Amino acid sequence: MIVAESKPIKELLEMVKDFKKILVVGCKGCVTVCNVGGAKEVGILASSLRIHGRKEGRDVVVGEHTLERQCDPEYIDELEEIVGDYDAVISIACGVGPQFLSERYPEKKVFPGVNTKFMGGAVEHGVWAERCAGCGTCAIHLFGGLCPIARCSKSLLNGPCGGSSHGKCEISKDVDCIWDMIVNKMTEQGRLSELLEFRPPKSWTTARDGGPRKMIREELVK
Amino acid sequence: MSELKAGSNLEKVLRAGHFAFTGECGPPQGANVEHLIEKGNHLKGVVDAVNVTDNQTAVVRMSSWAASLILLEHGIEPNFQMVCRDRNRLAIQSDILGAYSMGLRNMLCLSGDHQSFGNHPESKNVYDIDSMQLIHTVKTMRDEGKFLNGSDVDVAPKFFIGAASNPFAEPFDFRVYRLAKKIDAGADFVQTQCIYNMDKFREFMKRAVDMGLHEKCYILAGVTPMKSVGMALYMSKQVPGMDVPESLIKRLRGAGKGKVAEEGIKFALEQIEEFKEMEGVAGVHLMAIEWEHKVPEIAERAGVLPRPVV
Repeated sequence: MIVAESKPIKELLEMVKDFKKILVVGCKGCVTVCNVGGAKEVGILASSLRIHGRKEGRDVVVGEHTLERQCDPEYIDELEEIVGDYDAVISIACGVGPQFLSERYPEKKVFPGVNTKFMGGAVEHGVWAERCAGCGTCAIHLFGGLCPIARCSKSLLNGPCGGSSHGKCEISKDVDCIWDMIVNKMTEQGRLSELLEFRPPKSWTTARDGGPRKMIREELVK
Repeated sequence: MSELKAGSNLEKVLRAGHFAFTGECGPPQGANVEHLIEKGNHLKGVVDAVNVTDNQTAVVRMSSWAASLILLEHGIEPNFQMVCRDRNRLAIQSDILGAYSMGLRNMLCLSGDHQSFGNHPESKNVYDIDSMQLIHTVKTMRDEGKFLNGSDVDVAPKFFIGAASNPFAEPFDFRVYRLAKKIDAGADFVQTQCIYNMDKFREFMKRAVDMGLHEKCYILAGVTPMKSVGMALYMSKQVPGMDVPESLIKRLRGAGKGKVAEEGIKFALEQIEEFKEMEGVAGVHLMAIEWEHKVPEIAERAGVLPRPVV
């Protein structure tokens, strides 16, 4: 999933301080799963905005709506009837959501309510970790099913570097050294020889470095 | 004997079978050329080549190629260091050409400390290629006259290619394999991380020799004399991949007030004596961090002077 975290309420209040009619839009996709952008969080944010407005002596009207997904135009259409009543829209979907809303409703001022962090998953309750950098050419099978692009601080393809210590990365004791894990896993699987092969420089053309990306599936294009 | 690969002093010393002795000099955090020359002069004639670090610990300093050139102008052979953190493959290859064109002949290829260590932790890192790939790039440019994209290099840069090895990082069992991989990628010489845990290093070298790595590449043992107990504790606790045994810290503590630095030098000298005899070790890389003025004394006491003229 795409993992995000809520923006500090102070930052959000500052963003929308000049608006009296605000629509908070959630998303039932990834951000619901990581507990930052679903119907529940829409309710909490809306309440905070109302309470703050009252404290400031301003009559702020805050609407709440949660879409099936904000990354699909068909679901965004659903806002057409509603959005006209508001001056500002806060999207608490990942970074895709507010952009799709901006594109679909160009006259509206759209604000991001979350910081989008990474593609990852829940490693324990309340803890999410990055797993994929979206480089566009997956090769994790060469590394015991573990991604050094996303999970090595230096994205080394021929690791581990000299900073690996007690299974941790040199940048922090809170970061696992993925290369330590790769070496251990490949050794356990009897595949150490594969790690002795030189991995040549990667082509980053399929990653963000190749420019903004687009995927076209001809058979699906109407 | 086959032709020299680059013809640097360091290469010639090693090729002639001498026990090599290299030093290190960090460029200034500014344009203080005088200070750089002063530090370099302590090493002149005392070591075979001086490593010039590349924004080490991710702290901004004068560029390593520029500092290398300044030392070269003053009759000191640099070992130009390059890290993968700050350059993409275009900048890397272009700097390789530039550095060679200006007369540099040794090049040490490193991944580089992550920028979170340094004084610009907000920066974006590059890591377009890794140190292994950098070694291979320099070799391919030198031996095949090709850029990374396969196109021809118009006059190939001939570097004596160096790599680093940290026998004390983990997983330990993989370290000697990674060294082998660096040698296969093109490393002509290797300088190790600072050694304090001699038992572990002996074991590492035994494995390297068993694999015949010392016959394919010159291995220089890294030595950094401890200046103080504080430094030992810092190295032990704060520097990832550094292995400082408790026994050494105890020994330094036991030296008594005002005598710790001398004890640190004594330990370094004992190490150098052992490295001279250790199978597979072709020399010592002395990293006297901000202690360059002590290098002549250490070299003298280590019995590595005068340096061979080849």
